[in-house]
Amino acid sequence: MANPLTPVLTTRWTEPKSWTIETYERTGGYTALPKALKAHPDQLIQQCKDSGLRGRGGAGFPTGMKWGFIPQGDGKPHYLVINADEGEPGTCKDIPLMMADPHSLIEGVIITSYAIRANFAAIYVRGEVLHCIRRLNAAVREAYAKGYLGKDILGSGFDLDVVIHAGAGAYICGEETALLDSLEGRRGQPRLKPPFPATSGLYASPTVVNNVETIASVPFIVNGGSDWFREMGRDRSPGPKIYSLSGHVTNPGQYEAPMGTTLRQLLDMAGGMKDGIPLKFWTPGGSSTPLFTAEHLDVPLDFEGAAEAGSMLGTTALQIFNETVSVPWAVMKWTEFYKHESCGKCTPCREGTYWLVQILQRMVAGNGTASDIDTLLDVCDNILGRSFCALGDGAVSPITSGIKYFKDEFLALCDTNSKVLAGANA
Amino acid sequence: MTIAPDKPTAEVAVPEGHVKLIIDGVEVIAPKGELLIRTAERLGTVIPRFCDHPLLEPAGACRQCLVEVEMGGRPMPKPQASCTMTVADGMVVKTQLTSPVADKAQQGVMELLLINHPLDCPICDKGGECPLQNQAIAHGRSDSRFHEHKRTFPKPINISTQVLLDRERCVLCQRCTRFSAQIAGDPFIELLERGAQQQIGTAQEKPFQSYFSGNTIQICPVGALTSAAYRFRARPFDLVSTPSVCEHCSSGCAERTDWRRGKVQRKLAGDDPQVNEEWICDKGRFAFRYATTADRIKRPLVRDEETGELRESSWTEALQVAAAGLAAARDANGVGVLTGGRLTVEDAYAYSKFARIALRTNDIDFRARPHSAEELEFLSGTTVFTDPDNGVTFQGIEKAPAALLVAFEPEEEAPIVFLRLRKAARKGTKVFHLGQFTTPAVEKTLGTLLACVPGAEANALNALPEHASDVVDLLGKPGAVILVGERAAEIPGAFTAVAKLAERTGAKVAWIPRRAGERGALAVGAVPNLLPGGRHVANASARTEVERTWGVEEGTIPATPGRDTTGILEAAANGELSGLVVGGVDPFDLPDPALAEKALAQAGFIVSLELRPSAVTAHAHVVLPIAPAVEKAGSYLNWEGRRREFGTTLEGTGALPDCRVLDTLAVEMDADLFTQTPAASAADLARLGEGASSGSSLNVAAPLQSPAGAGKAVLATWHRLIGNGSLQVDEPHLAGTARPVVAKVSETTAQQFGLESGGYVTVATERGAITLPVETDDLPEGVIWLPTNSGDVTVRATLGAGHGSIVSVSGGKS
Repeated sequence: MANPLTPVLTTRWTEPKSWTIETYERTGGYTALPKALKAHPDQLIQQCKDSGLRGRGGAGFPTGMKWGFIPQGDGKPHYLVINADEGEPGTCKDIPLMMADPHSLIEGVIITSYAIRANFAAIYVRGEVLHCIRRLNAAVREAYAKGYLGKDILGSGFDLDVVIHAGAGAYICGEETALLDSLEGRRGQPRLKPPFPATSGLYASPTVVNNVETIASVPFIVNGGSDWFREMGRDRSPGPKIYSLSGHVTNPGQYEAPMGTTLRQLLDMAGGMKDGIPLKFWTPGGSSTPLFTAEHLDVPLDFEGAAEAGSMLGTTALQIFNETVSVPWAVMKWTEFYKHESCGKCTPCREGTYWLVQILQRMVAGNGTASDIDTLLDVCDNILGRSFCALGDGAVSPITSGIKYFKDEFLALCDTNSKVLAGANA
Repeated sequence: MTIAPDKPTAEVAVPEGHVKLIIDGVEVIAPKGELLIRTAERLGTVIPRFCDHPLLEPAGACRQCLVEVEMGGRPMPKPQASCTMTVADGMVVKTQLTSPVADKAQQGVMELLLINHPLDCPICDKGGECPLQNQAIAHGRSDSRFHEHKRTFPKPINISTQVLLDRERCVLCQRCTRFSAQIAGDPFIELLERGAQQQIGTAQEKPFQSYFSGNTIQICPVGALTSAAYRFRARPFDLVSTPSVCEHCSSGCAERTDWRRGKVQRKLAGDDPQVNEEWICDKGRFAFRYATTADRIKRPLVRDEETGELRESSWTEALQVAAAGLAAARDANGVGVLTGGRLTVEDAYAYSKFARIALRTNDIDFRARPHSAEELEFLSGTTVFTDPDNGVTFQGIEKAPAALLVAFEPEEEAPIVFLRLRKAARKGTKVFHLGQFTTPAVEKTLGTLLACVPGAEANALNALPEHASDVVDLLGKPGAVILVGERAAEIPGAFTAVAKLAERTGAKVAWIPRRAGERGALAVGAVPNLLPGGRHVANASARTEVERTWGVEEGTIPATPGRDTTGILEAAANGELSGLVVGGVDPFDLPDPALAEKALAQAGFIVSLELRPSAVTAHAHVVLPIAPAVEKAGSYLNWEGRRREFGTTLEGTGALPDCRVLDTLAVEMDADLFTQTPAASAADLARLGEGASSGSSLNVAAPLQSPAGAGKAVLATWHRLIGNGSLQVDEPHLAGTARPVVAKVSETTAQQFGLESGGYVTVATERGAITLPVETDDLPEGVIWLPTNSGDVTVRATLGAGHGSIVSVSGGKS
């Protein structure tokens, strides 16, 4: 099998000083923009629809369709908001992208804004990544200096201002409506939907919220065309995708490959499992996606493939664990994260994660009982689909999938407990 | 054998703007936009809920009200929150009654809500009336599977002097924060932290200073927010609840008074969509202990001839002494009657009738505050004939395209009117405030300030077409309203200008006084120029009509209008009146307290009907104790002209209403009032019916303003909701939420007088001086604002001044 690597988004990452506008322009950057500005905005939306580009933030919503939802001629300002609040455990694609090639994002932002008729765009970046925020700010300054941003961009009559906004350290602000509230200066908690951001988003105006990787793909689509984009990946999930491999692999990092690449192929590229210790379990798209095991090495990692195998593509953050890792321990750690990050708005997520963590901690400490497993699953059932936003659903994925594939390990923890208890009675 | 009747084949027609859906197998028609939880409730299915409240915007936070929903034949993948989802045609809904999924979801959420909730129901104020307790029993598991550690907080914390917060009891439904942000516009409480540590809190050194904070206690579905005044005082199931009407302002809010063993424990807001919806202000909720103060007068007092001191007496003696003294005074130079503004309709009517047939005078006035002949002309020509059918109403305000507020501070003077204005403004009503500076109410009603120098309001109104034609245009739209406050009586020409503007635009005018009894007193003729029902005393046929109904000799009622409050006091001060009958009047509320003092000292004979000792008591010859609102029945006429009837809350205390006392007193004077009880009084009043308007001729010119002069400023002043009011005694928790007592001037004026914001200012007249902290605000130049009666600032008593007076201003402490 030929090397499946398809460097598109990552093509400039190895250039020296890849993040500067000089490098970007030298390597074909800002060539899509003049083309886009000559087209009618509706043509760009159509091209995006034709390309089949789907949201790279995890949910896989068709991007062109999302742009098409923005009511036109409504007299309200439109906004583009980039969700760069990358905070899911294991997920590390947007921040490397913005570090290595911030201008691809900015060019995508300009083209998208033109398409949806927005004159203001905000990039909401996770507040902890100060270096990335600095780099983005520098890139925006460069783009202004070169006339790619500001008034009358490239003589087209189109105006756009871009603001880099630093988050304040809350996982919930990656949820798009919480992000909008946070961007408006409010407490970041998810909003009631409807109305959806497409009609009533930032400052109650029509807003498109897209992921970094999604928008960074746009200049390539404009330059390469939708047919070129569809050459990669599979029919319903076309295009290239940055797969982030972390954990017990020989060469962890970002691997850009067509949608539908399998973990087996990715592991080949990454030099296999670290120290040859066999694979035990992995997440296909960050900790919110149900676990996979060694059985799932050949699942095609695209939206359909992951879903058919009982998980989700998520952010293609592949956290890879070898046989030395205890599943209940890993699940406990993830659950501690969700408890720490639950925004508190709705009961199931707020109280449920608080409870789950304590049960898991008790089990991992060897004080669990078999009935705790039933309680865990029942509490998960009372959270899944009952919480206000999708983050509650994500919080239970590691637990339910962990118990699904590794119930023995949970039971074994209880055994220790029964033995201790039995010993105490003797 | 019974034969099942044929199924009715006729389809139920769906009216315009409605949809048809199925809930638990029952077909139901619902108006578009209705929330599922309400539709189900109309069917009799109560879906449990915490965050949902019909008057707040949906939140969907607690997730307790989950139901299964099917749309277009396709079940939705997740249970839906019925408090956020609106009805749709063809929707099939299954609540906990028919859906095991919904039932399990609800039980699951309930269990989760309880894991961190303390089991302190036996000591919790809410225990026994707690939605969490009730719904946990109805929709929860009988035992908990939670064996871990509960989250705890140090308890409780004061978020204001009157609201306490037990954070560990809180289920984070956000009703309180949403109420404060949406309804009251006082977002002093907010969610802090996140996850299980999420809690309600206030910003540092910014307590929950809202006039409506008590409502959050009432709508809290758990015992997280409790009242400092009520905490640990009673158990809900030991209380007797009596519907009542608030006795404080002129809104006439429906209330529920909870009492036990003859003592009121707390007051709650009643539900009356036409008036107060489900809200009341903190004064209405917390200020009720004035009736149980240690100094309450319970026995009649008669001034001892030998010692000159008041001594307790029997009712018989007191009434005989009072009757003899009043009869003698009447037969000498006559007796004047000052009733005060807090009487029920029935009591005010007794005063009105007592004046006419026992004292044979028209010298009666309810206005225990600054007043003017122009005001009386306006009230007797226009206001007295308005009612909810032809005048402005709360609901009318909500629908008004525009509202112009003239010399009226809604948040301070009629808080429920303020809430309606805010509600209206949030839906698009344009609110204009003709006043002196951008008060919090201007901001919270999303209003526009039309600023003018105190006293120049009439000029400003007359100049509106010229300077703010947009306001005039908006007032010309159907439904527009003009609301006039009590301060207008201190502004020459204000009522004339209002009437002119109303005539020009067609806007309806409402007069919104500050006190509960004013509108009723006007209706029953407790004024110098009117008999009951708005009949003018100068109208011979009206007089005859009243005399015949009363069964008194023709000619009993004097044919000329009597003296107003100031006229009565002046006459008493210089011997033109020989006696006074004084109801609940505080002389320090009067425009000239010094004149009142003099009148009280000079009047030959004074009968005081009072609850507690006042400045009148010191001069009274006879003091007759009367019943506070909770110990009598009656009704108030609110500012809309709506009758707000209430029954006796505390029966059998032996306290007598004013109407009964006056009836007996009249008998001693050989006159029959037929007002032995409030019911009898009301019946007697009803026999009179309403008279015809004789029209009004308002023609007071707006005065020319002259400059205040060097070292002088024009005083702007009005009462605050929470201040030194006599009905607010013994309520330290309430008093703690009063707004800071400060003077306000513009920055330029501050410079002119050498004042520093945050420093002190001394305001003086020839009568006296007040020194207080000063702040800068957006007042017109040369104007200084003071609260009328808050803390050490007693404008009338100390300065003898009022709104529009010229005062001396100097910097620093004098």
